Amino acid sequence: MNFDAIIESLPMYATGIGTTLQLLAVSLVAGLLLAMPLGIARASGNVWISRPVWMYTYVIRGTPMLVQLFLIYYGVAQFEWVRLSVLWPLLSSAWFCAVLAFTLNTAAYTAEIVAGAMRAVPYGEVEAANSLGMSKLQVLTRILLPSAVRRALPAYSNEVIMMLHGTALASVVTVMDLTGAAREMNSRTYLPFEAFLTAGACYMLLTFSLVGLFHFAEGRWLQHLAPRKNSSDVRGVVLATAPRI
Amino acid sequence: MLHGFLPTLLDGTLTTLGVAGASLVIAVLLGLVGAAAKLSRVPVIRWLASTYTTVVRGVPDLVLMLLIFFGGQIGINAAAAALGYEGYVDINPFVAGVATIGFIFGAYLTETFRGALMAIPAGQREAGLAFGMSPMRVFLRITFPQMVRLAIPGFTNNWLVLVKSTAIVSVIGLTDMMHSAGLAAGATREPFTFYLAAAAIYLAITSISLLALGALEKRVTVGLRRAA
Repeated sequence: MNFDAIIESLPMYATGIGTTLQLLAVSLVAGLLLAMPLGIARASGNVWISRPVWMYTYVIRGTPMLVQLFLIYYGVAQFEWVRLSVLWPLLSSAWFCAVLAFTLNTAAYTAEIVAGAMRAVPYGEVEAANSLGMSKLQVLTRILLPSAVRRALPAYSNEVIMMLHGTALASVVTVMDLTGAAREMNSRTYLPFEAFLTAGACYMLLTFSLVGLFHFAEGRWLQHLAPRKNSSDVRGVVLATAPRI
Repeated sequence: MLHGFLPTLLDGTLTTLGVAGASLVIAVLLGLVGAAAKLSRVPVIRWLASTYTTVVRGVPDLVLMLLIFFGGQIGINAAAAALGYEGYVDINPFVAGVATIGFIFGAYLTETFRGALMAIPAGQREAGLAFGMSPMRVFLRITFPQMVRLAIPGFTNNWLVLVKSTAIVSVIGLTDMMHSAGLAAGATREPFTFYLAAAAIYLAITSISLLALGALEKRVTVGLRRAA
C-alpha cells in the first residue's frame, strides 16, 4: 500500500465525492418530482392512465442504465435538429446527460415504489375518509399520500443506495465523480489497488451514512408500523421511542 | 436499417449471455455457500459471510470491476514473479467480468437463499432426522425443494439486475453487446439506432426471463394453497 500516493490524491477524491453527491441529489429530487404523479397514475384504476406509465417503467426497468445513458449522451447527437436546437449546449454536456439519464431511471423505479405503497394502504382508511365526506383530492392528499410515503421509506432507501452506486456510471462518460477520480489516479500512478480501494471505502462510508439516515427517518415516521418490541412493557416502549412532533 | 451490423450485434449478444450465464453459476455457488455460512454455528464463519455481503452491497459494481480488472492484473503478476515466473500474465476481460459479477451477485443471492432457508420450519428438518435420514438427504429431499420455491421471487429479481449489470463489462474492453453497438455506432455515425437496438435486445432478454421464471414459479408452487 502506497499511502503517500493516496494522501496526495485526496483533494481529487474530495472533489469527486462532491460531484457524486451533486449528481445523486439532483437526480433524486428531480426523479421524485416526476415519480409522484407517475406513481399516482400507475396506481389508478383507469387502464388508459396506468398502462402508459407501466410501459414506461417496464422499458426503463428492463434495460441497463448504461444503455439509457449512452442513448442520451451519444445517441441524440445523431439527429441534426437536436444539434441545431437551443437545448444542444445542455445535451452536449456529460454532466447534464448523466443527470437526465439518472433522473429518468430513478423516476421509473420510484413510481413503482409509490404505486406499490399506495396499494398497501388499508382500504378502511380510504372508506373512513369517504364516509367523512372528503373529496377525492382530499383523500389523496390527506390520507393516501401521507400513509403511502411513510410505507415507501424502506423500499425508497434501497433505491437511493442503488442510485448512489449507479452514479458511478457517470465516470464512463467522462464526468469526474468519485469513480472518475479513482480512474484518474489509476491512470496517473498505475496503483489500481490504492485508487479503487480508496474509492470503494468512500462509497461504503456514503452508503452507511445514507442507511443510517433512513433508519433514523423510519424510526421517526414509521414507528406505528414497527412490530411491538415487548408486549409486557408497552408503555415503556412507547415512551422510549415516541416521535417528537 | 442496421447497415449489415446485425451479425456483429448478435455476436455481442452471445458474449453478454455468456458473461451473464457464467456469472450466474458462480453467484449461485457463492450464494449457497454464503447462506450456509450465515446460518453457521461458528461465529467466525458468520462474521466472514456478513463482511462479504456488507462490503459488496456498499460499493458500486463498476468500482469492484475496475479493482478486480486492474488490481488483479498487478496482484497476479506479483504472485507469478514471487513464484519465479518470468513472463507477463494478462487478465482476460471475460474472466475479470465474470469473476466480478459472480462475486457481487453471490452476495445478493446469499441474502435470498438465507431468507428462503429461514422460512422453512425447523421442525421439518428435525422430523427428517428423526426418521433416520442423513443431513444430506434431509437437505436434498426436504429443505432444497422448498428453498427453490421460496427463493424464486428474489432470484428472478437478482437475475434481472445481473443481466443489466453485464453492460458494464464493456468498460473493461470486453466485446459484449454494448461494445458491438458502440463499434457499429462509430462506423455508421448512427449511435441512437444502435444503442436503441441494444436496449431492445436487453428488453427482450429480461422479458423472456420474466416469462420463463414466472412459469417456473407456477410449476414449483403447484402444491401450494393460497389463502386468497
